[in-house]
Amino acid sequence: MTEEKPTRVLIAKPGLDGHDRGAKVVALGLRDAGFEVIYTGIRQTPEMIVHAAVQEDVDVMGLSCLSGAHKTLFPKVVELLRQSGRQDVLVIGGGIIPEDDVPLLMERGVQAIFPSGTLISRIADYIRDKVQR
Amino acid sequence: MKRRQSATQLAERMLAGDSLALPRLISLVEGESAAVAEIMRRIAPHTGRAYCVGVTGPPGAGKSTVVDKLTVLMRQRGLSVGIVAVDPSSPFTGGALLGDRIRMQQHYLDPGVFIRSMATRGSHGGLPGTVQGVIKLLDASGRDVILVETVGVGQTELDVVNTADVVIVVVTPESGDAVQAMKAGLFEIADIFAINKADREGAQRMKAELEAILAMKPGESIAVVLTEAHRGVGIEELYQELERYRRAQEENGELERRRRHRRREEFLELLQRRIRRRFLDFADKDGQLKALTEQVVAGELDPYSACARVLGDRHWLDKWLSQEGPALSEAEG
Repeated sequence: MTEEKPTRVLIAKPGLDGHDRGAKVVALGLRDAGFEVIYTGIRQTPEMIVHAAVQEDVDVMGLSCLSGAHKTLFPKVVELLRQSGRQDVLVIGGGIIPEDDVPLLMERGVQAIFPSGTLISRIADYIRDKVQR
Repeated sequence: MKRRQSATQLAERMLAGDSLALPRLISLVEGESAAVAEIMRRIAPHTGRAYCVGVTGPPGAGKSTVVDKLTVLMRQRGLSVGIVAVDPSSPFTGGALLGDRIRMQQHYLDPGVFIRSMATRGSHGGLPGTVQGVIKLLDASGRDVILVETVGVGQTELDVVNTADVVIVVVTPESGDAVQAMKAGLFEIADIFAINKADREGAQRMKAELEAILAMKPGESIAVVLTEAHRGVGIEELYQELERYRRAQEENGELERRRRHRRREEFLELLQRRIRRRFLDFADKDGQLKALTEQVVAGELDPYSACARVLGDRHWLDKWLSQEGPALSEAEG
């Protein structure tokens, strides 16, 4: 009936902005798509996020940032994941991310950016495709 | 596949203190991988040391915050802590939102605290069926205390009784009057009560009523502690009660009795789960059974007769039991 081994996704908000509506919408949407979503709330440092990702043994990490600090914070998370030996985690991002910044983020190891307005089903399909091959 | 091959090495690495190995092993146990038996055999000599504290109560009573604050006190006393925090899986999609970590942020730099969120994955007793195995992993990894936080429960999701060495039931002043406390179920399983959010009206009265009811049970002394967990009020007292309970339990043999009972329950539970899973898989594939199910669905055959037909058919049962066992295989894929 239900999936035997649900994919685990951490939804995290690095940085200082408190706008968590988007992150919550995505967390709920992915829950409804059958994922196990770990939500850790606002104002997280990259260290806290990666620490949680390691302990929770997640397959996917979704980062949300609306403060403009994504160019610093997202790559930092990717780097810390690598240092922790979890470079296999699929890192995706969302929030207010200018198109011009996307290539840099991809270059630094973020696998995909889903800007505001993205259908949740697109994110869910993307994750299934990447993780559940 | 990579994970399956390395299960034994993973266990070795965990016992050697590798911080990546424990989370991976938990996933294998949680996913009921075929390697679980092997993992459990390997870690068995290293289990039985940790003390397991169950924390249960209705949704929103403050379980996560109580766990968080108890963890602070335990760390101050030099005890390493493992936390298993459970939230429900959707019965419709299998998805889950696990949010207990939000209340446990302060420990992230402390290697003496390990937190794992789990979803119930089809279990209805407040804890996932695999929690016992996860607790053993935490135990073998050297945790002194393991705190297990159940989902927010109603009156009858009481798995925690067969899981923990001691059960703290966290309620709020709104959780009900003396009659609630007399009912079977949640109020019956507490070794210690915490009335949380005790700054709210009715806390003192609830404490008095609870104590009056508890006094009617001879031979047991169940403490009732008032807490305001978010401010840390009453947590020291709660911890003292835990210590007191544990000492008594160790002295009078109750701890060992409880653990023996638990081993039995765990075994029977595991058997049931595996049989059920194997059967569901069979039911999914077997044409004859599918056809029978269709008759029941169409209202042509009542479920009791259908059930009798299945269980009365020796040939059918043989077919089921002799099929290639897919029951444990999903991690091999």
